[in-house]
Amino acid sequence: MKKMSDKTYAILSITPAILVVFGIVLFPLIQTFLYSLKNMDLTSSTRGQFVGIHNYVNVLTDPNFWGSFGRTAYFSFVSLSLEIVLGLMIALLLNEKFIGVTFLRTIIILPWAVPTIVNGAMWKWIYHPEYGALNALLTQLHITSSYQSWLSSPWLAMNMVIIADVWKMTPFVVIFLLASLQLMNKSVYEAASVDGAGVFRRLIVLTIPFLIPTLLVLIVMRTMESFKVFDLIYAITQGGPANGTMVLTYQAFIKAFTNLQYSQGATISYLIATIIGLLTFVYVKTLKAEEGI
Amino acid sequence: MKRSRLLSVFQYIFATLITMGTLSPFAWLFISSISFQTDLTKVPLRWIPKQITFSRYVDIFTNSNNEMAYTFRISMMNSFIVAIGTTLIALIIGGIAAHAFARYQFRFRQKLIYLFLFTYMIPSVVIVIPLYLLLDQAGMLDSKLTLILLDLTFVIPFVIWIMQSYFKLLSKEFYEAAAIDGCTRVQTLWLIVLPLARPGIVATGIFAFLLSWDEFFFSLLFTSSLDAKTVSVAIAEFSGKNAVDFGMVATGGVLACLPPLLIAFIFQKFLVQGMTAGGVKE
Repeated sequence: MKKMSDKTYAILSITPAILVVFGIVLFPLIQTFLYSLKNMDLTSSTRGQFVGIHNYVNVLTDPNFWGSFGRTAYFSFVSLSLEIVLGLMIALLLNEKFIGVTFLRTIIILPWAVPTIVNGAMWKWIYHPEYGALNALLTQLHITSSYQSWLSSPWLAMNMVIIADVWKMTPFVVIFLLASLQLMNKSVYEAASVDGAGVFRRLIVLTIPFLIPTLLVLIVMRTMESFKVFDLIYAITQGGPANGTMVLTYQAFIKAFTNLQYSQGATISYLIATIIGLLTFVYVKTLKAEEGI
Repeated sequence: MKRSRLLSVFQYIFATLITMGTLSPFAWLFISSISFQTDLTKVPLRWIPKQITFSRYVDIFTNSNNEMAYTFRISMMNSFIVAIGTTLIALIIGGIAAHAFARYQFRFRQKLIYLFLFTYMIPSVVIVIPLYLLLDQAGMLDSKLTLILLDLTFVIPFVIWIMQSYFKLLSKEFYEAAAIDGCTRVQTLWLIVLPLARPGIVATGIFAFLLSWDEFFFSLLFTSSLDAKTVSVAIAEFSGKNAVDFGMVATGGVLACLPPLLIAFIFQKFLVQGMTAGGVKE
């Protein structure tokens, strides 16, 4: 029997993965694109007609779409900023030596392991207007005088969702940064210390520049994820109140599965995928640039 | 040394705040699960309940007449079956593919890797509309097997992306030595590569399990009954209702947290490796 070439063996190895993944994804991916170019309105007499970029024009001129876009961007920007700042502070703390640091390193990862839906349900319970722990805590500490409805005004509700996201995802940032910090050359740090550089000066001049590649990767990675946010919104606010937490993915979901406006849902989905595609491109470029360093 | 003492006081205050911030939501979830409903709905709230009860836990494991408890039990089982099934299949199919990507050069190699990465990144919402109509026609809605297949579409790309970076770390000499000893490719993979890459495989497997345990969107759309409903869907359903036993939702939450929390606790080292693989370069 002739020996199989490396190439044939490699292709044989990859075929099952290609069949399962692209076999399931490819057809719906194309079909959704076609939906976005057609009139799929269930009540319309011209259903199934090709309408070109008409749906895209419709969506892109719809203030609701831009409202959702703005809210998604707000969610991504605020949650990511908080996660990076808090994550950096915690990672720097955990990189030091003090009593209890091993314990803290062990527990810090736990919120990240909580399933997203459980996290959402838990915070919804904490925010409960009548029986919630947050109201009880704040009034018993005399910080607020009366119980608040945390989830019943649009802007406040969005910020409460952000808190839930920050609680769960900051540990992820911490673990990443901590892993980087531990690769840092300690001797440079000590030399700077001997030369009289203070704690903050060492942080700004040495630590932050060292962490920048990792921070870049984290920022792009987390932006991609937070632009797709759905589960957390579903569990806490379901897009409400008054569309206050209506993010892009949630809007696409409502259009397609509640209003049965398939073309609109498909169009929004493709716009989200385009944004994510661009971010993926940036991510790969960032990773490659980092490898080059 | 006055300055550094001030700094260390600061350190301890910050550390205490983080510890409280991290643990108190867990503590409250657990306390809620063992409190009586009357204590939970008392204003002002008592933080430590007068009486505690583990009856909700007992109900979930044994009582089939309590609808919520029964739903949680069956949906937990479904989640386990789907997550373990997905993990095993993804490790085999994805692992073999990742090894080929790492070991051999062939046309479109780099492009295919990025194509898999892109599939992992694209939002599920982009494929679900046609998928729903298709699965409906094929009578494949509300089935655990369908969920496993759908989860594989993002878990396999994840496994390939992570594992190929592990396989690349293996020295070429191992392969050469194996070839001299007359090993076939499959033997090399099974006898040499597999044992050497075991830490990487464990880390990837843990991640794959966590990914599918956390999956919600497909389960929400494509399951409707206890035949396939996962625990995340059950929790979202009950937590969305107004008049509900909050303690029972908390109990379901505690139980749904347990597998990933235990994993995070036991396999912490592996997890940190897996999390940062491909992200943090040495």
